[in-house]
Amino acid sequence: MKAPLSPGAVCYNLGHISRIPRGEGRTYRLHDRLIAVFRSRNDELFATQADCPHRGGPLADGIIGDGKVICPLHAFKFDLRTGAPLGNTCPQLHTYPVRLDAKGNILVTVDDS
Amino acid sequence: MTRKQRLVVIGNGMGGARLVEEIVSRPGGERYDITVLGAEPYGNYNRILLSGVLDGSYCPEHIFLHPLTWYEQHNVRLCAGRAAVGIDWQGHRVQTADGSWELYDCLVIATGSSPCLPPLANLVRKDGQLIAGAFTFRTLDDCQAILAHSSRARRAAVIGGGLLGLEAASGLVRRGLEVHLVHRSPHLLNLQLDAAGSAILARLIAEQGVQLHLGKETVAVLGQDRLCGLRFSDGSELACDLCIIATGARPNTDLARTAGLAVRHGIVIDDDLACSVPDVFALGECAEHRGQTYGLVAPAWEQARILAERLTDRASRKQYTGSVLSTRLKVSGLDLTVMGDKEPASNSDEVITYAEPARGIYKKLIVREGRLQGAILLGDLPGSVPAARLVQLFHRGDPLPAHRAELLFPCPTGNKQTLSVADLPDDTQICNCNGVSKGTILAAARAGKRSLQALCEATRAATGCGSCKGQVQELLVLACEGEVAEDPAVHYYVPAIPLTKPELVRVIKERGLRSVSAVFQALADGKEDPASKAGLASLLKTIWGKDYQDERDARFINDRVHANIQKDGTFSVVPRIYGGVTTPEQLRRIADVAEKYRVPLVKITGGQRIDLVGVRKEELPAIWKDLGMPSGHAYTKAFRTCKTCLGSDFCRYGLGDSTTLGIKIEKRYQGIEMPHKVKLATAGCPRNCSEATTKDLGAVAIEGGRWEIYVGGAAGSRVRKGDLLCTVDTHEEVLLYMGRFMQYYRENAKYQERSYDFVERVGIEHLRRVLVEDAEGICERLDREIQAAVEAYVDPWQREAEQPVTSTQFSQVLEAMPVPLGAGD
Ligand code: SRM
Ligand SMILES: Cc1cc2nc3c(=O)[nH]c(=O)nc-3n(C[C@H](O)[C@H](O)[C@H](O)COP(=O)(O)OP(=O)(O)OC[C@H]3O[C@@H](n4cnc5c(N)ncnc54)[C@H](O)[C@@H]3O)c2cc1C
Ligand code: SF4
Ligand code: FES
Repeated sequence: MKAPLSPGAVCYNLGHISRIPRGEGRTYRLHDRLIAVFRSRNDELFATQADCPHRGGPLADGIIGDGKVICPLHAFKFDLRTGAPLGNTCPQLHTYPVRLDAKGNILVTVDDS
Repeated sequence: MTRKQRLVVIGNGMGGARLVEEIVSRPGGERYDITVLGAEPYGNYNRILLSGVLDGSYCPEHIFLHPLTWYEQHNVRLCAGRAAVGIDWQGHRVQTADGSWELYDCLVIATGSSPCLPPLANLVRKDGQLIAGAFTFRTLDDCQAILAHSSRARRAAVIGGGLLGLEAASGLVRRGLEVHLVHRSPHLLNLQLDAAGSAILARLIAEQGVQLHLGKETVAVLGQDRLCGLRFSDGSELACDLCIIATGARPNTDLARTAGLAVRHGIVIDDDLACSVPDVFALGECAEHRGQTYGLVAPAWEQARILAERLTDRASRKQYTGSVLSTRLKVSGLDLTVMGDKEPASNSDEVITYAEPARGIYKKLIVREGRLQGAILLGDLPGSVPAARLVQLFHRGDPLPAHRAELLFPCPTGNKQTLSVADLPDDTQICNCNGVSKGTILAAARAGKRSLQALCEATRAATGCGSCKGQVQELLVLACEGEVAEDPAVHYYVPAIPLTKPELVRVIKERGLRSVSAVFQALADGKEDPASKAGLASLLKTIWGKDYQDERDARFINDRVHANIQKDGTFSVVPRIYGGVTTPEQLRRIADVAEKYRVPLVKITGGQRIDLVGVRKEELPAIWKDLGMPSGHAYTKAFRTCKTCLGSDFCRYGLGDSTTLGIKIEKRYQGIEMPHKVKLATAGCPRNCSEATTKDLGAVAIEGGRWEIYVGGAAGSRVRKGDLLCTVDTHEEVLLYMGRFMQYYRENAKYQERSYDFVERVGIEHLRRVLVEDAEGICERLDREIQAAVEAYVDPWQREAEQPVTSTQFSQVLEAMPVPLGAGD
């Protein structure tokens, strides 16, 4: 089922899922912003803001597992589903809805409205 | 269903936020829609630890109790940075700084207090602000303003010799400033201490480097646009470029007073914490209960607990009957606890004192009608009754031992000479901020909270001022005695799998687990703990060598791209330069690469090679190709470098050819994975120019053409001279023993255990027996396995420059395309 997009929402095609190796993340540029997209070893997808709220570390370069990401710079941990900080007091990560289309392309919706 | 009650809390400080936390965590809490109005633009932080921020023992981000997300998660609407400016209690509404009104069914005022400013000429500017360079010390903003200014300041004055002033002065000393403490009374801490105690404290504070000016009344601030000194009532002056004013606090009552609530010194509250008008309550430093206002956190938290209970449970009859206070000074290296009266009130009061001024020890107890009425406990006297015990006697008014001396020195019973927390009764209060007893802490530890952090989180002990942390740790050890000596998790190789390294290695071998995901499948129900991945990858590579099934996602980013990540997400490239010996041709190539790729920084490292810093991920493969040099492995837990000195070929003191030896070592062992990084050096004589005795492994030539082999040296965050493993005759023997040691270290060290810790843990005698005398008969196997690792080594740079592991291995940012509306599926 396709939910109608709200007026301010833009959907982006990030290309085929195979661009992200299993268990890793990649940074993508979406027009005006960078986001991090992760693919778990069992092919779940997550999308969050690209930079760590602590000191701007590139989260896509972090290690993931069990729905969490560990920032590569100082090992702060975040929940990938909700963006919640785990064991630290950083603000919550911005997260984005992400899904696959029929051809295996990653689609991310950005809604600032 | 009935409508939710609107609860509005004014003040997001230690009392207000605690109230909210208590309410949302209790049954009945769901009855409220909670709005918190906070004048400060933050979530809720631990104000007490501002002293720690000032002295550098805490970063500001580490003192937060609740981040903004906590409020969201608990559906609490926090208006941070929006102060309340008016209360209309008849209309049940509060006006906020932006002019809007918040309606309430129930209102709690927790506005705390504000610093009192002494009437000093020139202190306050026309616009109401303090003159530049003068600060109060109450909020995080105050603290950060002080820190920002202190980096430019040299000479600081603190006005006020109470608890806050002492902590501020000591903090600034630890920041490296010259600090003067000015106090009006001739006695420091005159509200809490008697003259004798105060004199000893003054000496201890002066020894910490604070210059004291006691009995001095400040009358004016000097300086036009910015503070440049202070003037005193005797006409004398003190030059300074920073001044903290810590002369007491005044409850914030303006809101309540203007609204017509009963206010004396504080906002008047009853035993049910209610103010003089309906549906309005107050707590914390702004409140006055039975004629008493408080300046410490324990009463605020106790009031918050009681009010939360009353608000969530209508049947509750809980009353607040007042607090008796004890407090500790948080100045490092100084142990001071005070409670109750400091002087006898009449001849019938008993006074027990013990003083050793030279050692900074002063203990004074006031006993009235057989109960402890007050105490001053200065200095740590081993073997004496712990302060916590006396605090308990004081708080509960327990009857005292007939021999009053036992209040200070426990009578030797049996062979026990000293009294520690172990000897305290279970109901002794250990954490005075949160009122947590010894029994509660022990019970939580026995129920499985086996690390200090878990224990503190579960019981809340040590989450206030933190000064009881040492005792909580002792209790943790005590609770685990008999069953387990300590937290078993500290022995696990990785956090997610409850096995020590030898156990894990055995299971992995038995079951033939060759990949990280296979280990998670077999030993952790398939749950992939991200914090355990890199450690497992390192171990599996060591166990299986060529047969290891590599999964890239288990590697830390440095090991995915073979370069070290920098703070801005770029990388550094350190090519291998064997033994620190290079050629003009090699240098030219490095120079060409640096120019071609506009490398921001070219740096000679401390490891005798060259670092190209600030390289973008996508440039890495091209740079490696152009360099045509192998990786220096400066980014990973592996054999790193072997530094060398000139040695016998050129140096007039050289006894052995250290340069050739170093190159041989580095060629042989380059890049082999280890539990942590391993750095080596060879020195041509005991002058040790290459610092070989403080390396993980070092070889030093001595007279007679022999080589001493050192292991477990360190000159990083720890400095340790390596232990002599053995002395040998030839280069080949050096290579052999070094390899043998490395293999043993690979098999037995914990992940991220540097050789200096490993050698200390297993002991050099043990290592000599096993690696030199072959007491366990494993030397031949060790030699064989390290040889296999040497043969399996492939330089990752040249391999992956030719053939990346995945198409996006070196992509820094991938582009995305907007999808036209309606398309996509
Ligand atoms: C580049 C270099 C500084 C320099 O410009 O000289 C350096 C740079 C870093 N060192 Fe170092 N260390 C460098 C020589 C040293 C030395 C001296 C030496 O190797 O002879 C030491 C003391 C010896 C030792 O290893 O203990 C040293 C002790 C450390 C430590 C403390 C280790 C310890 O247990 O005490 C760390 C932190 C750690 O490992 O956790 C560290 C960590 C780091 C890291 C990797 C921090 C990090 O994780 O990002 C720095 C990487 C910056 C980069 O990407 O370039 N570096 N570091 C040196 C590289 C040497 C090389 O060519 O490989
Ligand atoms: C540096 C320092 C060290 C300390 N050390 C200790 C110690 O070791 N032990 C100890 O027990 N105590 C210590 N204290 C005292 C302790 O911090 C206080 O007793 C405690 O914070 C009181 O809590 P409270 O909620 O009453 O006030 P606060 O924590 O001050 O909170 C009041 C809050 O209300 C806000 N507010 C005020 N007016 C309004 C308004 N109109 N609208 C909205 N918000 C408003 C304020 O901005 C503030 O955030 C220390 C204090 C300081 C400053
Ligand atoms: S000493 Fe510290 S700052 Fe300097 S390179 Fe080493 S880790 Fe980095
Ligand atoms: S930048 Fe992410 S943890 Fe520090």
